[in-house]
Amino acid sequence: MPRPFTPKAVTANALLEGDVIYLDQSGQWVRDLRMAQAFTEAEAAEAALSEAAKDGMVVGAYLTDVKLGEYGPEPAHFREEFRRTGPSNYFHGKQEAEAHV
Amino acid sequence: MYKYNDFDEAFVRERVAQFSAQVARRIDGSLTEEEFRPLRLMNGLYLQLHAYMLRVAIPYGTLSSRQMDQLAHIAETYDRGYGHFTTRQNIQYNWPKLPDVPAILSDLADVEMHAIQTSGNTIRNVTADHFAGASADEIADPRPVAELIRQWSTDHPEFQFLPRKFKVAVSGAKADRAVIKAHDVGLYLREQGGEIGAQLIVGGGLGRTPMVGKVLKDFVSLEDLLPYLEATVSVWNLLGRRDNKYKARIKITVHEHGIEDIRARVEARFAQIKPAFGGIDMAMLREIETAFAPPAFRNAPTDAFDRAYNNDPVFRAWTDTNLSAHKASGYAIATVSLKTPGQTPGDASAYQMRVLAQIARDYGHDELRISHEQNVILPHVHKSDLPAIHAALKDAGLATANIGLVSDIIACPGMDYCALATARSIPVAQGIATRFEELKLEQDIGPLKIKISGCINACGHHHVGHIGILGLDRAGVENYQITLGGDGTEDMVIGERTGPGFAYDEIVPAIERILMTYLDLREAPQETFLEAYRRLGMDPFKTALYPPKEEKAHAA
Repeated sequence: MPRPFTPKAVTANALLEGDVIYLDQSGQWVRDLRMAQAFTEAEAAEAALSEAAKDGMVVGAYLTDVKLGEYGPEPAHFREEFRRTGPSNYFHGKQEAEAHV
Repeated sequence: MYKYNDFDEAFVRERVAQFSAQVARRIDGSLTEEEFRPLRLMNGLYLQLHAYMLRVAIPYGTLSSRQMDQLAHIAETYDRGYGHFTTRQNIQYNWPKLPDVPAILSDLADVEMHAIQTSGNTIRNVTADHFAGASADEIADPRPVAELIRQWSTDHPEFQFLPRKFKVAVSGAKADRAVIKAHDVGLYLREQGGEIGAQLIVGGGLGRTPMVGKVLKDFVSLEDLLPYLEATVSVWNLLGRRDNKYKARIKITVHEHGIEDIRARVEARFAQIKPAFGGIDMAMLREIETAFAPPAFRNAPTDAFDRAYNNDPVFRAWTDTNLSAHKASGYAIATVSLKTPGQTPGDASAYQMRVLAQIARDYGHDELRISHEQNVILPHVHKSDLPAIHAALKDAGLATANIGLVSDIIACPGMDYCALATARSIPVAQGIATRFEELKLEQDIGPLKIKISGCINACGHHHVGHIGILGLDRAGVENYQITLGGDGTEDMVIGERTGPGFAYDEIVPAIERILMTYLDLREAPQETFLEAYRRLGMDPFKTALYPPKEEKAHAA
């Protein structure tokens, strides 16, 4: 029996700012993982990635494992937790941007 | 200090112009990322976890006050108001935006700096003893040779697509403060029969396969040094493994072929290329040497120093830990700690950079150095000025008296910034430093080098830490392996692993158990941790780290 598919989100870095971005349901890039689309089928995830990778304004798009949380996708690995939050030594990056909202 | 000549100036400006156009073409879509990536890496621009990172070279760790001011200006104008000094005598900016990078490079060029060859499979920034030109134990100033190598290696047409990166370090002192034996090529300047030359060490390195460098040639005269170095890189360039990047460094080539075989090949290549140099290298070296003439040291009484030393215990503690012996009478080398417990090792704010620049201008013959241990050095300060210097440092939060002690920790950026990292380093360093400050045991523990890397590539030099910590990803959680007994000096030793690793919240207590064991078992306070480890071996530390099961149950 094939292993169950772990849900995925498409993520990348923005070309100009270099910050972490995710693909949402409308095919737009968003800054918040909770707004990202979670793909539950491998084929759809791969198709979305190959389309997203053509966008010249993003760098290094890839599929990342996510957990489906109450408020949207959550990181499945601590590396992605840091990517969506920012560094732990300063209040810089996404955590800071969020605090300004 | 070395001043750019017309050639240097034109080259760096041209590179800025080229990269500006490349960035513009990337942004307007004429260049794909695949096409752009090697171009940005040639100019030191990485894409990390949260943002771009620009790595700027500080050749042989030497800065003028004007350059330090400009680094502060860049931090403030284009970044988050700080910079991170690295173990390779570079400064890294963690938050530049792509459209700003050409302006940053232009600002760097204004003060004779650049980010060229701080990435990619090229000869990287040449590092040197951070006490160069100042230390009492110096045989020859390594900076002229390092500058000659910088000029030779910059855009060297044969060496732009090497099998892998190539790192060169130079020391001219008796004590090795530049981790020479952990470099692809390390040079120890030595005197033989009244002549200065270099012992050439090859094939050292840390990373996945740590190796202590071996002597390729015991004495190479300065006349032969550049052709000999070119012959060495050239032999490896052809022989190095391009099929497997983990086996591409020269240390593996030397290991696989044997030092005798490599030596024979280098000698043959040297004989071939030496005539082509025709003495131009020596003419250049002689000119460079004049730029590194010692400053005009002054002859003045040191009463002010003695008074402050006897009356101010805080000043006394700082001078006892942070000063080193200078070659000129009445002078000292002052190391400014960027390791205040709780702070990020190696980070300096723009304000702190400006304070350091001002101190260098007022009291330090306009010179600053960056050490591979991520501190800033005032290489030439007269002792009578030290009370004023200490006061200025104190005001800027730069007067921590901890050089060479438990909280003077090397830490790479780790997973807080680095795309290659497998675990965090910075919070572990912060945790250890803060813990031992609480315990008030730092002075009691004495000389100790803790070095932390957040992945196997070992930017944090963990293999040569007296205590080394390596952060890994074990089944989706951070896990930290400990090595003991490493030594980065001329007697380099790769540390030995204690056993299974520790979870993120267990690593600081584990280090505490190691050091409590040391305090219990040392013969006298004069016996350092490293000496005690060499006498006792691994066993008592292992017992402290991995107590038998029943003891664990009891402790719980």
